Amino acid sequence: MNNLLLIAYLDLKESIRANWFMVYAVVFGGLIALFFIAGITESQVMGFSGLSRLLLMYIQVTIVILPIFILITTVRSISGDRDSHILEYMLSFPISLKQYYWGKVLGRFVTVFLPVFMAMLMGILYGVVKGASVPWGIFFLYTGLLLSMSLAFLGIAFFISSIVKSSEMALGIAFFVWIVLLAFIDIALISLMLQNRMSEGLIITIALLNPMEIFRVAAISLFDPELTVMGPVAFYILDLFSQGVFVLLCILYPIVVGMVFATMGYRVFCKKDLV
Amino acid sequence: MIEIENLSKTFGTTVSLDQVSLTFHQGDAIALMGANGAGKTTLIRLILGYYHPSGGRVRVGGYDPIVERVKILKQISFVPQLPPPIKLSLGELMAYVCKSSGVDAALIEHYAHEMKLHIALNRNKSFFKLSGGMKQKLLIAISLAKRSRIMIFDEPTANLDPKARDDFYRLLNESETQKLSLFVTHRIEEVEAIVNRKIYMDLGKVVSDEIY
Repeated sequence: MNNLLLIAYLDLKESIRANWFMVYAVVFGGLIALFFIAGITESQVMGFSGLSRLLLMYIQVTIVILPIFILITTVRSISGDRDSHILEYMLSFPISLKQYYWGKVLGRFVTVFLPVFMAMLMGILYGVVKGASVPWGIFFLYTGLLLSMSLAFLGIAFFISSIVKSSEMALGIAFFVWIVLLAFIDIALISLMLQNRMSEGLIITIALLNPMEIFRVAAISLFDPELTVMGPVAFYILDLFSQGVFVLLCILYPIVVGMVFATMGYRVFCKKDLV
Repeated sequence: MIEIENLSKTFGTTVSLDQVSLTFHQGDAIALMGANGAGKTTLIRLILGYYHPSGGRVRVGGYDPIVERVKILKQISFVPQLPPPIKLSLGELMAYVCKSSGVDAALIEHYAHEMKLHIALNRNKSFFKLSGGMKQKLLIAISLAKRSRIMIFDEPTANLDPKARDDFYRLLNESETQKLSLFVTHRIEEVEAIVNRKIYMDLGKVVSDEIY
């Protein structure tokens, strides 16, 4: 096993034992269980039913809570180890900074993605047992969207973790980033539009630069390819892209965002004092 | 073996290390002393490549610790003053050390046993749940098992009882002599018998360097 995989493996094992991981896994697993208990799969509101309805609900809730979970659990990865002098000891062994940093990224990616994916998979399997028809296309596309959103926020979290000196500061910044991105899903954009100072095209561009927004629109487009529930905004999007290209963009763009931030974090990690 | 030339380190406006020049050779056993804030830990962190120097340079075996950190860390064992709260189990920590540094796990167990720490009984326990003394014993066992040419100990006996301290110094005496040992200490009487050089630091400068 090379050192990068060794770091990833040990980070994964350490995370799985941590209390936050238990809460994280229980929240997403519990959501699926709650949807079944609440009879979401039997609901016919807005025309969605069965497992499609369950996936739609799951993804809507995930948009809000997955980013903050990833940010607050990952942002202390480097800064927390620096605070507690763990970094000082672990880096006294002949491990390159590249292996250490990217090993941590890989380990943490598996940690944050697996529970979200497994919860969705559990829901699908339970649905199959109950005799529901499985929307496999939507399932695979949601898997892609969850993977790309996980990578986007993981990259942002590692960047924050690398640039700050203390884990308290890292937590504060992570929370601020989440609030800003959340605000720019709806409220901040609506207020910008009401002020009438910016063109609609610019506001929609701002919206589509937000990984949370792009995740939401992509999720909607899987059920509603014409994006009718979004109103006139749909024209801007569908005039620019076909639905297939748009979904592909929604998966690739957050991955690029995540990798760019993670790479910037790595450069800062190498250039700054380690402890 | 370690060459330090006009080395300085500042944090904001605070000068932690001020134009320090020292050379350490193989066979040197050095006691590095000084009041809190004298710059001892900063010097060690610069040698280990944790800090980027503000001025001057460090070379370990001819290599820059920042650029060639993997090469120089293969030659160095380090024991920190306070064992960090590592969440890995003892078995996992040992796996990390063995795989990253090519250390023989049996040798770690041997030295741990000599320090009265039984790995087999604690292998699955989290490192941070051990007592301070047990943690320090494991870190010392790892440092000895690594069989490095350079040993850096930052107050290594701070958490140890008198018996464990004796064990530590006995094992050091039994190990190969042709290595460079650097002890950061406030208790010179403990290391007096094994060092051949004493360096005193104050306010980031070397104020005395006695070789005997």
